[in-house]
Amino acid sequence: MTQTKAGPDIAAGRLPEDAYAENFSDLHPLLEPHEAQVEADRCYFCYDAPCMQACPTSIDIPQFIRQISTGNPTGSAKTIFEQNILGGMCARVCPTETLCEQVCVREVAEGKPVKIGQLQRYATDHYMAENDTTPFTRAAPTGKKVAVVGAGPAGLSCAHRLAVHGHDVTLFDARDKAGGLNEFGIASYKSVDNFAAREVEFILSIGGIELKTGMRLGDNLDLATLRSDYDAVFLGIGLGGVNALGLDGEDKSGSLDAVDYIADLRQAGDLSKLPVGRRIVVIGGGMTAVDIAVQTKLLGADDVTIAYRRGQDRMNASEYEQHLAQTTGVKIMTWAQPKALVGANGAITAIELERTEEQNGSLKGTGETVTLPADMVFKAVGQTLVKADLGDALTLDKGRIVVGDDRRTSLSDVWAGGDCILGGEDLTVAAVEDGKVAAESINAALSA
Amino acid sequence: MADLRTDFIGIKSPNPFWLASAPPTDKEYNVVRAFKAGWGGVVWKTLGEDPAVVNVNGPRYGAIHGKDRQLIGLNNIELITDRPLEVNLREIKQVKRDWPDRALVVSLMVPCEEQNWIDILRRVEETEADGVELNFGCPHGMSERGMGSAVGQVPEYIEMVTRWVKQHSRMPCIVKLTPNITDVRKPAQAAKAGGADAVSLINTINSIMGVDLDIMSPSPSVDGKGAHGGYCGPAVKPIALNMVAEIARDPATHGLPISGIGGVTTWRDAAEFMALGAGSVQVCTAAMTYGFKVVEDMIDGLSDWMDKKGYTSVDQFVGSAVPNVSDWQYLNLNYIAKAKIDQDLCIQCGRCHIACEDTSHQAITNMVNGERMFEVIDEECVGCNLCVNVCPVENCITMEPMAPGSIDPRTKKPVVKDYANWTTHPNNPMAVTEAAE
Repeated sequence: MTQTKAGPDIAAGRLPEDAYAENFSDLHPLLEPHEAQVEADRCYFCYDAPCMQACPTSIDIPQFIRQISTGNPTGSAKTIFEQNILGGMCARVCPTETLCEQVCVREVAEGKPVKIGQLQRYATDHYMAENDTTPFTRAAPTGKKVAVVGAGPAGLSCAHRLAVHGHDVTLFDARDKAGGLNEFGIASYKSVDNFAAREVEFILSIGGIELKTGMRLGDNLDLATLRSDYDAVFLGIGLGGVNALGLDGEDKSGSLDAVDYIADLRQAGDLSKLPVGRRIVVIGGGMTAVDIAVQTKLLGADDVTIAYRRGQDRMNASEYEQHLAQTTGVKIMTWAQPKALVGANGAITAIELERTEEQNGSLKGTGETVTLPADMVFKAVGQTLVKADLGDALTLDKGRIVVGDDRRTSLSDVWAGGDCILGGEDLTVAAVEDGKVAAESINAALSA
Repeated sequence: MADLRTDFIGIKSPNPFWLASAPPTDKEYNVVRAFKAGWGGVVWKTLGEDPAVVNVNGPRYGAIHGKDRQLIGLNNIELITDRPLEVNLREIKQVKRDWPDRALVVSLMVPCEEQNWIDILRRVEETEADGVELNFGCPHGMSERGMGSAVGQVPEYIEMVTRWVKQHSRMPCIVKLTPNITDVRKPAQAAKAGGADAVSLINTINSIMGVDLDIMSPSPSVDGKGAHGGYCGPAVKPIALNMVAEIARDPATHGLPISGIGGVTTWRDAAEFMALGAGSVQVCTAAMTYGFKVVEDMIDGLSDWMDKKGYTSVDQFVGSAVPNVSDWQYLNLNYIAKAKIDQDLCIQCGRCHIACEDTSHQAITNMVNGERMFEVIDEECVGCNLCVNVCPVENCITMEPMAPGSIDPRTKKPVVKDYANWTTHPNNPMAVTEAAE
């Protein structure tokens, strides 16, 4: 029997009750102790290891793996946290296949790298299960105060390192909860059991960090005041704006920003209550595009298509992520750009896509179009820095904050890191490194 | 297919793979299963006098494991058979009758009194077993009572008891030696002097497998205490090979048949023992780890290897490597080899570099022209082979001999073709003018 329905087909509870827990369970479950031992034994303990060079935070990977191997998982976790206090989250979300594991000599030799990410999670989970606090102790109080704006990976990393050095940190975040993209952004199946919040608590356990939520730069917080009230300021504010498609009809219901929906999904207490369309089209080619596509599919959408304007090899989403999308049942349509949003009664019903081709390096529409019925169209075409929030004191370039190697901005008492800086890599682990480097630079400046 | 039939001191078996005297050969049930699986022979678990010994009722075995629980070494504190003598003898007789083509040797251990040996030999002869093996090797428990390795550590006792056995029995006699001595040639010579037909070795090595750091007890722990046990399994093979070779090349015992024991796990292990002079091999740990089926590939693999090498019977290669076992002083000091790294196979782990840099001769690069690259510096390489051993890729690093006449970049001297050893070396205070070989 065919059921016809007027208007968009958007509904909650598309799946049997127990399917949600299964669909959104851990993508890579924690290794068992024996599995970890066997996997750790595969590591060759390379000299000047390529994996360590490839890690943006320079974790001593051979060392932490060896510590798992010798039955010292606590020491292993300390080795990780020494370089990356968000080692637990990075173990879950790092695209290891394009970082450490890509250059693992066993990848080179046999196409089977040591599972560095999973071993890192084994060690950090072990530590966090057995300890309530970070393995660091604070240096003697310096009496210096630092404002860290944005409690995402960059801000948390910076705040922790500053606290270790004995400075007092006020950590501001616009949302009502710390964590940034770890809490509101990344795909749910990469961070189950409320891990992002638990990690924030773990980081704050160092002491000396006062978290103030609901404080938004450009709103109830301004840079000039922060500069006068604090000895230094770190900006890890991410990218608050979302790129638009620039099409008519973007204001129609069903035309949505992927990041907003993902945030709702991450915060949903009951996924079966979250409405999802039957037919979904995602515009974009990055990690966010994959995250929204996979998760709507897992919520029970019938038909999910990622439309990307170039070839699959040009997608920013890693090959692993692309495969994840495809094995989940997401269709990836390449060489197609959005042309028009089709709607009726103020709601989206379809999207018209135009075929594209590359001529002499520039992308052109071919004129050929295809219309996909859609109850929801998600925009995942990048995010932008909201310049207005910053005032006009900072030097920006290409819409991002310009920083030096020490992550210091054009203002001598302001540092920045994470997605908001020029050269930001859109990676959790890179943000953590920015925060760490900035903290060391701030510490040096404040100790001078 | 090569002929694997073996005639060891007149004891015939369809293949050279025997089960050693140990738990797998304690009962008719096990031995029959072994014969069904294809084992060429067994040495029945050591018989003693009644009343039978008792065993601990806690753990009898301890192990060393690899990371994936590969069993690398095993030790045990089990004693000789704890079943009544009569039961064992009855079963031995039955098994020999049912399996006439298999070797069935009976291991014995009784106190060092002539009459005790006379008594037990008489009873064993009635079973029509093929021979006896004198257990002078077990290092635990029985040695505290003046038997086992306590005998094997005193060459005079070995000779004495062996002589009694040969005097009072027509059966072929194998003397099983303990490795818990300083020079294995002495007990082997004693066995030969006493008239032994063969020696078998090694028995197990005194060992403590580990310490339980929570209860501060050696492991395996019997109610909080541990006693040393006998170590065996793959880990002991190099020790066993050396001892077998020492006896094989000792002029005093050269030609004395040897049954090789110690970590034989594969056909290749067996072939190595045989190349060093063993006419048969005895296996225990491999069977205890994997069951009796392991003999199938021992047979198949050995046969296949022999076919490839053109050997049609085992005696064609038994002892073939013995002439090449030498003393350090006779090794050719003019032979010069350099490590060579195959850059196509190199996976750039850098283990060769750090091993050489930290612990040896600083002869391997880690950078060449600013790129990560591992190359041997011939000017520094002494040819020690450490890099070959630590490299995780087989055949990636090889030791390449230098051609005579070429210049060794390390010494800047030409490689000399002629053999020369320490006995004539100018640095040797005891040097002679003509090289001894």
